[in-house]
Amino acid sequence: MSETIYRRMKDLPSTHLLGAGTAACAGCGGMQALHQIYDVFGDKTVFINAAGCMTLLSVYPFTPFSGSWLYSAMGSAPAGAQGVRDALDILLAKQRIPAEEDLSAVVLTGDGSAYGMGVSATSGAIDRNLDFLYICYDNEGYGNTGQQFSSATPHGAKTATSEGAAGYPGFKKDLFSLWVANKPAYVATVIGSEPLDLARKVEKAKQIKGPRLLLALAPCPTGWGFDPADSSAIGHLAVKTGIWPLKEYVDGRVVHNKIPRERLPVEDYLQKQQRFAHLFRPQRNEALLQEIQNRVDDYWDKVEPE
Amino acid sequence: MTRQLMTGNAAAAWGARLAAVDYVPAFPITPQTEIIETLAAWFDDGSMQGRMTVLESEHSMVTAAGAAAATGVRVFTATSSQGLLHAMEMIYTVAGWRVPFVLVNVSRGLSAPITLEPDHNDVLAARDSGFLQLHCSTCQEVLDSVLIAYRLAEHSQVRLPIIVNQDGFYLSFTREPVQLPDPKQARAFVGDFDMGGLGFRAGMPESQAVAVLGGSPYSYFRYECHLAMQQALNAYDEIAGEFEQRFGRYHGVVEAFLTDNADYLFVMMGCFATKAKHAVLQLRKAGVKIGLLRPRLFRPLPEWRIRDICRGKKAVAVIDQNLSLGKGGVLHAELTSVLYGQSDMPAIVASFIGGLGGRDISQEEFFHIAEILQDAAISGQTPAPRLLYTQTEFREFKKLQAIAVYERHESKEQPT
Ligand SMILES: Cc1ncc(C[n+]2csc(CCOP(=O)(O)OP(=O)(O)O)c2C)c(N)n1
Ligand code: SF4
Repeated sequence: MSETIYRRMKDLPSTHLLGAGTAACAGCGGMQALHQIYDVFGDKTVFINAAGCMTLLSVYPFTPFSGSWLYSAMGSAPAGAQGVRDALDILLAKQRIPAEEDLSAVVLTGDGSAYGMGVSATSGAIDRNLDFLYICYDNEGYGNTGQQFSSATPHGAKTATSEGAAGYPGFKKDLFSLWVANKPAYVATVIGSEPLDLARKVEKAKQIKGPRLLLALAPCPTGWGFDPADSSAIGHLAVKTGIWPLKEYVDGRVVHNKIPRERLPVEDYLQKQQRFAHLFRPQRNEALLQEIQNRVDDYWDKVEPE
Repeated sequence: MTRQLMTGNAAAAWGARLAAVDYVPAFPITPQTEIIETLAAWFDDGSMQGRMTVLESEHSMVTAAGAAAATGVRVFTATSSQGLLHAMEMIYTVAGWRVPFVLVNVSRGLSAPITLEPDHNDVLAARDSGFLQLHCSTCQEVLDSVLIAYRLAEHSQVRLPIIVNQDGFYLSFTREPVQLPDPKQARAFVGDFDMGGLGFRAGMPESQAVAVLGGSPYSYFRYECHLAMQQALNAYDEIAGEFEQRFGRYHGVVEAFLTDNADYLFVMMGCFATKAKHAVLQLRKAGVKIGLLRPRLFRPLPEWRIRDICRGKKAVAVIDQNLSLGKGGVLHAELTSVLYGQSDMPAIVASFIGGLGGRDISQEEFFHIAEILQDAAISGQTPAPRLLYTQTEFREFKKLQAIAVYERHESKEQPT
């Protein structure tokens, strides 16, 4: 694969393909990532969206997308991508449209769909080796309905449906590995606060055919409880504490793109968010904090240094 | 034009082939499987040009169908029963997208208890979705209806998806002689797929099915769908007329069999209506002035045609092959709402529920219903709704239960 064209911040496109003035919350980490992805990927796309926060980007009769958009339903956006892709292939094969009019099918969903309700449709699309890009902005809960827990919610987080002292009892599902196990064309984790890493991965994904996932951790001021101005800072902390490993699966192997040499303690990240406040007040929940730290340490212990 | 013996399922597949569909998203379910297997073989051997994609569920299948139609190709798909229900969220959704395609539903009763045999509760669950509905009673009608359905769904004033319904087993797996239209003539009748300017193309951004805020735009779009449905009535007459000119077979919005000078009517949908027709002929011989009214188009409901036919009749019997639990027959409720408050309508609209889960309706039962109608016309009393179920059936069912209990009891007593 060719060398990346994104070496320095000034190489990044500033096209701002996604229009301003959307209904997303201020400081939305999902929007931050989406803006950048769209600029690199370009607007020869049709987004197939599932129910979630981003559904409110296109509200009749306006749209911030300079490409196309189709809202489907919460459980079947990848099947919508299948229909669009198949139809475009048929139109090309029957020469009813010229090659220049072809588009990329891009699924855009939150974690609720990507990790949960839409898994069956996603799994089918991967089985069929569908040529599509799946963008999941992972705000670690059902954001649009008021931040209830999803299967992407981290252990111990308070959500609207895990208000108790221990927070969410489950563990964040490993969607990256779930995809990788099925040998898709490309899988990468990204975050809006790391634009160079993100741009390189989007560029890569653009050049590959087949099922591709961009999994973007989406710091969510509204659901996580922090000041919108701190969105990027929270994103940096997610990477520096090792909570959000930046990695990709390509050519049959998983590569970590940034191995934090000196990882910050996870509590630097946790204590900045209301959803983890119960771990610190009225008294520190040492056991739970340690458990979270241990899981992160265990993860990195298994990562081979490059 | 050639004549062939074929099942209702084969007739549905032939309809899709003659309409030169581009795309078939599929998922198997009995008794629909033969349709997709037939189409798969035709795609494989090159008799059909296009693509079949087997999805992992009907929810995805209908999503893909709608998305492909929205991208600009002609789509065909088929399902039954639980499959239609599993797709129901998307059935409503794609109708709202205003994308035309044809879905053949091979009717089968719904769980629970699970059964493979037919009734109409599956297709009627989609009644208010925005899909048009055509109900067939012969294999020939299945084939013809698929061709008509494409014209109707793609009509510039309609642009809605459509369900062509046939009864599982009774039609799906029964061979009947079917006139196979000449492919060129069929193609000329159906025409090329016209997206009406929609479709996803580079350089031509298109947003579909976006969110609305507030009840005002929502009401607007829902009402537009409703008006499109109503437009479909006029469009249907035109298309059915053209079909008759080309192929010599007329399929009206309703089938009216010996209704003109009738005092009494059977009203029913689907292939059991052919049994009712046979009963009508027998009853006519015995001097009972009875006819059959069979709505083919169920959505939109051809209300004025139904009123025309019912006008002046003494009593009608609606025989529903469905049961709206806690209410009764769906067609009965539909019919009474069409007739109520109109002048010169039959005073007696009796309700019978029969044929659930494939239960047969015998000729004797049709005769019995005719008797009930005649008595009701004299007494002026509407008879109570009735489930067609005989004493003998009841006794046999109880006997089965008793045997099962006895066997269980017996096996317990056996030494271990
Ligand atoms: C079948 C179905 N069930 C429930 C909903 C309600 N609903 C709308 S958005 C949403 C949450 C989606 O969560 P996620 O995918 O994480 O996206 P986010 O809202 O966080 O952007 C839910 C449950 C729905 N639209 N459809
Ligand atoms: S709730 Fe969170 S993810 Fe949703 S728009 Fe607001 S900030 Fe973004």
